[in-house]
Formats: sequence, C-alpha cells, structure tokens
Amino acid sequence: MWVVPSIPPALFLILSAILFTIGVIGALTRRNAIVVFMCIELMLNAVNLTFITLSRFLQSLDGVLFAFFVMAVAAAEAAVGLAIFVMIYRSRETINVDEINILKW
Amino acid sequence: MSEPVGNIFQWLIFLGMAFISLVASLLLVTRKNPIHSALFLVLNFLCVAVIYLLLYSQFIAIIQVVVYAGAIAMLIVFVIMLLDLESEVRSRLKIVYSKVIGGFLAVLFLFGILYSVVAKSPTGKMGSYVPEKVNANVKAVGEALFTQYLLPFEIISILIVVAIIGAVILSKKRT
Repeated sequence: MWVVPSIPPALFLILSAILFTIGVIGALTRRNAIVVFMCIELMLNAVNLTFITLSRFLQSLDGVLFAFFVMAVAAAEAAVGLAIFVMIYRSRETINVDEINILKW
Repeated sequence: MSEPVGNIFQWLIFLGMAFISLVASLLLVTRKNPIHSALFLVLNFLCVAVIYLLLYSQFIAIIQVVVYAGAIAMLIVFVIMLLDLESEVRSRLKIVYSKVIGGFLAVLFLFGILYSVVAKSPTGKMGSYVPEKVNANVKAVGEALFTQYLLPFEIISILIVVAIIGAVILSKKRT
C-alpha cells in the first residue's frame, strides 16, 4: 500500500519565505505609500505563518501567542499609519513615497 | 497510525492554497490600481487563514479572517477611496536602478532564508502542547493568554488605546 506522507514543515516555511520576499520586493519597488503599507502587512503575515508552523511542529503554544501579539501590533500600526497617510495627503496632495522627502536633508 | 486519505486532502488543500496565495501576492505587488492590490491582499489573507487551519490552530485562523481580512483590509480600502489617488505613473531612470538593486537584494535574502530552512530541520525544545490531540484550541490559547502571558496582553491593550488616540488626533482637522 502506497502511503502518503504528511506535509513536512519545510514546505510551510518555504511558502512563508517566498511570501516575505514578495512583500520585500513590493515594499522596495512600489511608489504608492498605501501599496508599500500593504506589502508590509504581507510581510507581517508571512512571519505569522512561520510562527504558527514552528509552534505546531515544536508542539508549543508560544508561537500562537506571538502571532496574536503581532496581529495586535499590526492593527495598531494600520490605524496610525493610515491616519498619517491621510494627513500627508491633506497637506501635500500626494502619497508617492519619492515625493515625500521633508525628513530628508 | 496514519490516515492516508486525510493526508491526500491535506496535500491538495495545502498546494492549492499556497498557489493561490502566491499568485495573489504577486498580483498585489504588480497591479497599478491600489484597490485591486487591496482586494488581492484580502485573498492572500484568506488563503493563509486556511493554511492556519491545516496547522491545527483555529483561533489564529479566525482572528486572521476577522482582524486582517476584515478590519485592516477594510480600513485600507476606505483610505484608498478617501484619498482619490491618481494611478501610478511610470518612474524615471534613476528609480529603475534602485528597483533592480532592491529586487536583487530581496532575491538574495530569499536564498538565505531557503538555505536556512532546508539545510536543517527546526531545532528547539519540544513543548508539551500537541495540537492534534487538543480539540479546544481556543481554550488552550485563552488559558495561556490570561495566565502566562497576562502582562504582555495588558501592554498590548494599552498600545491599542494609544494607537486609537493617535489616529484620532492625527486625522483631526487643525483649527
């Protein structure tokens, strides 16, 4: 009888690594600040996937709780970051990241 | 004792969801319209939620759908609609160099991660929590959250209150 093995943890980790890299590429190459923000959320999500995978294969609950805290921080970050985007758009009429350079000297 | 049929379905679900989430994230990065990017972000979050279910952590899967795909994505869509963005214009030559360098560094980073993942199996102290045996994942998470992780939980609640106040103050009209 041919036995199907269960999914190895390395596949989950590879998926999470690829998602993280796509997020990095997006955050480095896009110009729209909201799309950059979405790519950062994608990276946080990939890190959460790594936490959950290792929590399941090391049989520990700590990874799940860390993923929970990461989600709470992501929610706080979304609220403040989007408020900052609205404020920048109000004062400068654009949110392209290479035109917002008031902090550059 | 293994379950061959269950394993086949787990493989099918995993491969399908991994494929859809990769395609959705690639489309997120490449679409010009930010609304399309936001919708592909939601699709990606839902696929990752299904993968969390495969990893026997139902609590995080539900939180993923409610908080990420529900709240954060909806906030992003609202802000995109509020801002009336022009479509992204094609960038100049100077920017293209930085894009190529950034993409190259990111791919190098990917190879680093892949090497570290494939070369060794994960090491660490094994805990006592066996997700397959536990049929009340939410109960286990809640117990750990309110006993062992009580202080971080309270700090997170303070952080969220600070974020709410900050968002209100930032988006208030200057008088």
